[in-house]
Amino acid sequence: MSKRMPISVTVNGETREEYVQPRKLLVDFLREDLHLTGTHVGCEHGICGSCTVLMNDEAVRSCLMFAVQANGAELRTVEGLSKHGKLHPLQEAFQEQYGLQCGFCTPGFLMTACDLLEHGQDYTEDEIRVALSGNLCRCTGYQSIVESVQVAAEKMRKG
Amino acid sequence: MKPVSFDYFAPTTVNEAVALLEEHGEDAKILAGGQSLVPMMNFRLVRPTCLVDINQIKDLAYIHEKDDRLHIGAITRHRDLETSTLVQQCNGLLLEGVQLIGHTAIRTRGTVGGSIIHADPTAELPAILAALDGEVRLIGPNGQRTISWRDLFVTFFTTVIEPVEICDEVIIPRLPSDAGWAFEEFTRRHGDFAVAGVAAVIVTDNNDRCTDARLAITGTAPTPIRATQAELFLVGKSLTQTTLDEAGRLVSTEVEPESDVHATADYRKHLAGALTTRALQRAVARCHSRKDQQEK
Repeated sequence: MSKRMPISVTVNGETREEYVQPRKLLVDFLREDLHLTGTHVGCEHGICGSCTVLMNDEAVRSCLMFAVQANGAELRTVEGLSKHGKLHPLQEAFQEQYGLQCGFCTPGFLMTACDLLEHGQDYTEDEIRVALSGNLCRCTGYQSIVESVQVAAEKMRKG
Repeated sequence: MKPVSFDYFAPTTVNEAVALLEEHGEDAKILAGGQSLVPMMNFRLVRPTCLVDINQIKDLAYIHEKDDRLHIGAITRHRDLETSTLVQQCNGLLLEGVQLIGHTAIRTRGTVGGSIIHADPTAELPAILAALDGEVRLIGPNGQRTISWRDLFVTFFTTVIEPVEICDEVIIPRLPSDAGWAFEEFTRRHGDFAVAGVAAVIVTDNNDRCTDARLAITGTAPTPIRATQAELFLVGKSLTQTTLDEAGRLVSTEVEPESDVHATADYRKHLAGALTTRALQRAVARCHSRKDQQEK
């Protein structure tokens, strides 16, 4: 068993210092060590997108990184989307447009869409579909998710 | 927790990384973007006892142009290529190919050097290296060597890189300013590994005759290959639809794929041909529109 290493990460604005084994995946660190269970573990090999989080404002698959690699990084998870009890425009839109059913894939979709919409809000439906293509949903058939992202983009454009 | 236990090192210089590789020998693996290695570790298909994480070697993240060649640091992310104005200006084929790699979250982490040294025969960057006659620079305990793509790829997921070497730079020649290009591939779902793909570059003279043709094919051999018969056929020809169809037919007879769980050999041959014609059509159209712009 290799030695635990100290890491310091900022998660949703809060600095957390922990000791982790090098082999601990970032997603397991978030869920087991920080008890942030909003980030879901699906396929564990980078196919389903459920574990997507933002690292330094860019979407990454947290099952394809080790926690030690996030040392010094700024992470954002689904828990950090709402501010002061107010839902993020994406969360509002998913609620209004029925962008989820069982909810398992939703945190990953929200964080993937968050990266997309923070880098622009003017996308065609095709562009949104391509941007979401790395996330799998087995309930909705995607139509309502695409519509949710379109509505969220509109909300964010208006500020 | 899925991967087996390993010792973790995060050197900040290439020399330090090479020293670690020397010290730990074949038990050590380099961790670059991790988008292929970590899934294999999660499945325990790969069980390194030592990981040398090169993500902290910040000097290896750069894109610059010198002598008509793009020099790309090995740890440069796919996403950085995609958003680079330099890449947009001087290598449209690279831009088009990189956008076909996985999905945004994969491209945020995946690296240029990692993708090439991983040597997946269906991957985009090795094919672009082949189409443009690119090279990689390898650094080991005895100094550095620069290897052309032709000498780099050995077979599936295997290059000539030694266990004590690290790839620190990828060198890709600039596209000629009057070239047309296209990258076509077939995947079952967007962002999946391709079944087959074609990177095409063509240059034509003022009489619309082809003066240079490059066709790199993925998914039909253990490494990316160039379809030399079809390339030779195209040079000197006027690029009509009949010619492009014939080039596709030549490619489908030239490649010798094997059947596997994803596709039969016949289907791969068919795809390679059809994708070649399709890529050439778009390359020719680009060639024409660039010429029109230059005339204006």
